[in-house]
Amino acid sequence: MKKLNELKKGSAELLILSLVEARARHGYEVAKMIDQRSAGELSFNAASLYPLLYRLEDRGWIEGRWVEKANQRRRRYYRATVAGRKVLREQRSAWKTFVASVNRIIGADYA
Amino acid sequence: MPDWRPEIARRLASFHLDPNHEAAVISELAQHLDQHYLDLLIKGTTEQAAYQAVMAGLDKGEVLGELRRHIERRQGSRRLPSSSPSSIASGATFAQLAAEFLNLETFVQDLRYGLRALRQSPGFAAIAILTIALGMGATTAIFSVVDATLLRPLPFPHPERLVSIEDDLPGTGAQDVGMSQPEWEDLQQSGIFENVSPTWFDENNLTGADRPARVPILIVAPNYFVLLGVKPQLGRTFNPQDHSPGLIPEVVISDGLWKRDFGSDPHVLDKSIRMDTDLYRIVGVMPPRFDAPGRNGEERNIEIWASTNFYGLPMPDHPPRNRRNLPTAVARLKDGVTLEEAQSRLDALVASLERAFPADYPQQSGWRVRVVPLKQVLVGNVRQSLILLLAAVTLVLLIACVNVANLLLARASIRTREIAIRQALGAGQPRLVRQLLTESLSLSVMGGIAGMALLFCTKNLLLRMVPENLPRLNAISINWTILGFAAACSLLAGMIFGLAPARHASRLDVNQALKLGGRSVTASGEQAHTRRLLVITEFALSMVLVISASLLLRSFWKLLNAQLGFNPENVVTVRTRLPYPNDPKIDKYPTPAQQSPFIRELLRRGQTLSGVQAVAMGDTESIPLDESQRELNIIVEGQFFFSIEGRDVQSDHPLFAEYSRVTPEYFQLLGIPLLRGRFFNDSDNDKAPQVAVVNEAFAQTYFPNQNPIGQAFKSTKPNSSWIRVVGVIANARTASLAQANVPLIYRDLYQTGAKHLAIFLRGKIDTGTILERLREQIESVDSTLPVFGAQTLQQTVAASLSERRFSMRMVALFALTALLLAALGIYGVISYIVSERTHEFGLRLALGADRESILRLVLREGLALALTGTSLGIAAGLLVSRAMASVLYGVKASDPLAFAAGALCLLGIAVIACLVPAWRATRVDPMLALRDA
Repeated sequence: MKKLNELKKGSAELLILSLVEARARHGYEVAKMIDQRSAGELSFNAASLYPLLYRLEDRGWIEGRWVEKANQRRRRYYRATVAGRKVLREQRSAWKTFVASVNRIIGADYA
Repeated sequence: MPDWRPEIARRLASFHLDPNHEAAVISELAQHLDQHYLDLLIKGTTEQAAYQAVMAGLDKGEVLGELRRHIERRQGSRRLPSSSPSSIASGATFAQLAAEFLNLETFVQDLRYGLRALRQSPGFAAIAILTIALGMGATTAIFSVVDATLLRPLPFPHPERLVSIEDDLPGTGAQDVGMSQPEWEDLQQSGIFENVSPTWFDENNLTGADRPARVPILIVAPNYFVLLGVKPQLGRTFNPQDHSPGLIPEVVISDGLWKRDFGSDPHVLDKSIRMDTDLYRIVGVMPPRFDAPGRNGEERNIEIWASTNFYGLPMPDHPPRNRRNLPTAVARLKDGVTLEEAQSRLDALVASLERAFPADYPQQSGWRVRVVPLKQVLVGNVRQSLILLLAAVTLVLLIACVNVANLLLARASIRTREIAIRQALGAGQPRLVRQLLTESLSLSVMGGIAGMALLFCTKNLLLRMVPENLPRLNAISINWTILGFAAACSLLAGMIFGLAPARHASRLDVNQALKLGGRSVTASGEQAHTRRLLVITEFALSMVLVISASLLLRSFWKLLNAQLGFNPENVVTVRTRLPYPNDPKIDKYPTPAQQSPFIRELLRRGQTLSGVQAVAMGDTESIPLDESQRELNIIVEGQFFFSIEGRDVQSDHPLFAEYSRVTPEYFQLLGIPLLRGRFFNDSDNDKAPQVAVVNEAFAQTYFPNQNPIGQAFKSTKPNSSWIRVVGVIANARTASLAQANVPLIYRDLYQTGAKHLAIFLRGKIDTGTILERLREQIESVDSTLPVFGAQTLQQTVAASLSERRFSMRMVALFALTALLLAALGIYGVISYIVSERTHEFGLRLALGADRESILRLVLREGLALALTGTSLGIAAGLLVSRAMASVLYGVKASDPLAFAAGALCLLGIAVIACLVPAWRATRVDPMLALRDA
């Protein structure tokens, strides 16, 4: 589990950016999607997620807005910015290269 | 649905976020937790389990390692807070800083936070507080002495108008020669002063109580107490309108005398006492706290005040203008007259008197009258020592501050991560700075309080170390001024050494700091550099103190071991005094002829006492190194102006030497060898030609290439007869321990007579009972004579060194403190360096280096620092010691032995202090060290 955390640290930004690329989501939504799509292997709790969101927002890669929908409480929605999408493209390609290289060395098969 | 907000708020509380921002964050997180909770419930979890799961989510994970400051999201500017080298100055305007600082509610928060942080590192807090306590305690102690002595005004109304009047004759090289009675009257009438009163210190025999006693008295003009502005506690003081001749038969007594000899009798007024056989009526009693303004211990302990207008029996009816028999005078300036104005008006008065009385004021003497503020006269002679002490103690305080700054810096480096987090969460720089400053302020305040406590506990011990002749000794106390000074000092110190870590905190690269967890790389290089500099400074300062202490110690040692030239062992001195009645006709001992039989009888009886092997007598000047006599301005005694037979008399440069009167046995009793000629003998009596024995210094000064035996000189007083030199004795340090070559004249007591007498007894004498036994003997000869002042000669010699001893002890104490602090300082820095380089040491050990080389590595680091500091200290020490040269004896200011000893001491301490961290460095487990990378 500790090893996973190490890897998770490095890829967290990539995860979040990709989830808010297509449409704006709020924090809980992002956490839940990561949890579901990884079948529980990766999960972010509140204390870990929001700092990341704020950091990405500071960097200008995502932007957050308070949105008030009918019959709902005010919620904060995050969406990737133009700069963010650019970073996402770069990180995706870097990730793919990285994974491929590691697999070649350790001799893993593609799933 | 549980309310998550309080829990969230609690966790965010210590980050001191902007309230609006905090509310938004809380809101967002609360919503997240709400959803999580709901989802868990939907899945079927119990409420309690769901609650716990959600709360666990708040605490788990690398929370604090990831939070970043969320700034200006509405404004949209994306500036990272620490990527620009924003320091305190640019990051926050002064107004912002001030606003932050003055926010009381958050200040209390800061305080609590700071105190909690200190509680978590008790070791650090203890060392820091102890260091500050030592520095503050020492400084406050010395400051209280300086305050009492130099700063506080004299305890009289309008003390700034009190002056001392001094007459100089610069043409003859003489200063403070005293004034004459007509001059006093001129001054009184000059309009410059409200009142002028000559003061004349004397001793008298007080008789009438169960036994005769010798009392210090002050003879003053009737306006004296009005001049000072002091009221008695009982009765009245003298009548300023009384211009009658002679000694007015009224006295005012001190509270001490009243309690001792009259048992605080309220009906003491109009009782009479006899002083030197004359009757005086008590008219008043001074209050208990009356600090008689005196230049030395004797003058401050006046027991009886008598008044006169300085003419009439026993003084001349018409005192001549050129007879300067009034040694000191105090005055009060008229309201509105400044010191400068008074001096210039005085100069004009002097000029006109010189013109009016040319015979009494010859041109060559250059007669001048000066007004000096009274306080300066009273404390002037200790100013130098006190300033020396103040300088030394300031050094100690500096070293203590440097030490604490070092400690704080080390601590700041450990807390880098925490500081970075708080900055990331939105703690503004002013707030951060203030929090750090609050912490160091609370440290320094606690240290200050500890220092005061330390001072209170050791107060009595310290006071005992102070030499008795320190003026205004009983004014030394810890009062509000002192406490205020201590408080100001500690606040200032807290500010100063709180700035360093605060500065470093603001220079943090937060990104780096968070990533690396505990250690900040960018700041650490600079920080280590600063800490090294601080240690070098500490060592330099300590070196200066250690050198000063060694020089003083060597001086003292040399003085102690100086060849005295006489043998003080087993010698006791006791004093007595023949009275000077106002009417000379009733004087029992008016001339040497009447005094000699008394002296002989005393010698005979002294010899009969058991244990006594030898007896001699002399006047009080003949007591070697008796400091109490030296300081008294008793007129006439002890100083001898003379001219030599066959040489032209130069009236403007009279020759001058110290002299005393002794019986023939004196020299042998003290073991002073005869070099030429002979001692006094029985043929020298008051009818035979006057003879003298001189010391070698006198012979070499005044008869450099001649045989002094047979030469003659005489006093410059009119109608003196020639005195012939019959013997030369070896030089001895009887006038001053530091000087062996003081020219001295000894005359035969039987020829000159004297009234202030000292009896010397050599033998196995019980000092406890000797006074009583001698008193018995003297009483049976004359029961009106006081017998007092029994002291061994060893004690007298030791007492002459008391002021030096005090300075030396204090500086030595400071030097030791400085050494301790320097050791702590270098220990701290080397420990820090070792902990920083643990990884490197692990690596070396893993690669095969032996532990010894690690030890040597660390020690080298430490020694490098120590050597640099010590060398700087030597340079500074050379400068400082030159300033000290005047108090040194027998050692050069650049004495290599003292410097070498100091350097070795300091380096030795450095090595010892570095051993522990060095040893720890060798115990590093290479595996652990490497893994922690």
